[in-house]
Amino acid sequence: MLILAAQNLAAPLLASDGISDWLRTNSGLGHHVLLDPVWILAAAVLPVLTWITLHGFFAIWLERKVSAHMQCRLGPMDVGGWHGWAQTIADGVKLLAKEDIIPRAADVVLFVIAPILVFASTFGLFLVLPFGPPIGDMKLQAHDLPLGVFYLAAISSLEAIGVILAGWASNNKWSLFGAMRAATQVVSYEIPLGIALITAVVAAGSFSLHDITIAQAGWFWNWYVFRSPFLAIAFLVLFVCNLAEAKRAPFDLPEAESELVSGFHTEYSGMRFSIFFLAEYSAMYAIGIVSAVLFLGGWYTGIPLLDNAPAAVAIPIGIAAMMGKGVAVVFVQMWLRWTLPRVRLDHIMYLCLKVLVPFAMVALLGTALWEMAVGDRSCYFAIPFAGATALVTLIALARLLALTVGGRRYQYA
Amino acid sequence: MDPKTAGALVFWGLAVFTVVPAFALLVVRDVIRCSMLLLATLSGMAGLFVVLGADFLGFVQVLVYIGGILILLMYGVMLTERDPVLLERRTDRALVAPALIAAIFLALPSFYVALELAGPRTSGPDGKLTWPTQTQLPEPVTSSRGIGELLMTDYVLPFEVVSLLLLAALIGAAYVARMGGDER
Repeated sequence: MLILAAQNLAAPLLASDGISDWLRTNSGLGHHVLLDPVWILAAAVLPVLTWITLHGFFAIWLERKVSAHMQCRLGPMDVGGWHGWAQTIADGVKLLAKEDIIPRAADVVLFVIAPILVFASTFGLFLVLPFGPPIGDMKLQAHDLPLGVFYLAAISSLEAIGVILAGWASNNKWSLFGAMRAATQVVSYEIPLGIALITAVVAAGSFSLHDITIAQAGWFWNWYVFRSPFLAIAFLVLFVCNLAEAKRAPFDLPEAESELVSGFHTEYSGMRFSIFFLAEYSAMYAIGIVSAVLFLGGWYTGIPLLDNAPAAVAIPIGIAAMMGKGVAVVFVQMWLRWTLPRVRLDHIMYLCLKVLVPFAMVALLGTALWEMAVGDRSCYFAIPFAGATALVTLIALARLLALTVGGRRYQYA
Repeated sequence: MDPKTAGALVFWGLAVFTVVPAFALLVVRDVIRCSMLLLATLSGMAGLFVVLGADFLGFVQVLVYIGGILILLMYGVMLTERDPVLLERRTDRALVAPALIAAIFLALPSFYVALELAGPRTSGPDGKLTWPTQTQLPEPVTSSRGIGELLMTDYVLPFEVVSLLLLAALIGAAYVARMGGDER
């Protein structure tokens, strides 16, 4: 019976269309079950890996520029000419050329496996992430799993094991400290993260990322972050938990540079370290896309004029909107890193267990009740809320513009 | 390659990936490497769940078993003191009794599997014995909705009892962690 069930292997995995299904139907090679993993790999691995690498180049450069400007300096300016855009490429070449040092007393097998596990779990997130609106009947994601959101939660839990392994296999007690802290933090924050993910699922009625996005079509007040106060709380909880999951400042105690040298990846050099690095930046982008899809309207610009334009116009705009939202969230993460001081471990645990978990539970309960009681009449709350948020954002942007154009006024000169 | 062979190949691949690490972790000396082999076994099981159409259960397996239980297991291993005496390999004679018990426990499912493979045999139109034509399984649907509905309707009592049990476990864990070892 198990073998009989395995014959239906293709059915649950490729039931929904995505790039993999498009490849399967349009390849002309037929529907062989054993070929299906090839399509999934071709759809998932090649474009996503390319995109992760390109985004990594861009994000690392952006981080250096953002941190520089926030610290009143310039950042990379030489390499490649304009504002040092090729700096990351130069760094990549340097890391590739470095000697691969493995400590003599380190457990070599585990030492090698650890970065692979971390990167694989982060990379696995991209299987279900959409990159833009559907082109024709092909969804612009590698594979739209019916349980997409749940898959995200499950795959990201594998990262903690890679981190523990890295700390253990380094045979270095400081690395082990960093790894234990990281595991504590990551495992604890998975709870409010899961609850916050579920709130969006409750609002949409489906685990599929595609369905959640198209439920936010229309004007920008349809976005889930504006739909109810509980969903707004859930968005904040989701964002904070994602920061902690990515071990991103202010939760970067595992890689506390001033305390543990480099935490769990102290003993890693050259290409192995760059795998951890790339995993962290891809995780940041995945967080951006997940936040955008679940709460910020996905590929919809929020202006029906643009969304309902003919496909040749709407699709590039949709892709740009999606990427733009992802990069905007990435920027906010970088902004927070260089603004807030690092949080101590017991404060991290306090925040998780005594603040985020109750808030997340209230958000979930509130969302469920809201959907039952208010449901489609949410626009009466969403429009004022979205309008107020837009107004505040516009005022802030106007003030920023005035500061940039008009120069700074030193009040205590 | 027809779907039946391909499906069998996938199943056997996953089965080997599940069973071989399970045996290997009985033999490997380093406990952390045993945890990694356990990771392989648990992921193989998750894969088998997905193949059976229970994708929700497969993801729960990854999330809970691998992302929770395995991590805490590794905590326990890494943070407790390891007596080198316990790590010495025992003599081969000491393996006889466990091997016997394992063989007995393996015999039952093997018997069931053999029965399943044999199956009832029917007579074909020309009088020769033939295997029955394999019927198609019903179209797999996402199981989360079905599970949710069942939990809220047919199985609501076990659901509530389990949540009560979890509450008791949480309170017990908090109590045990609080008292430590001083006031026993």
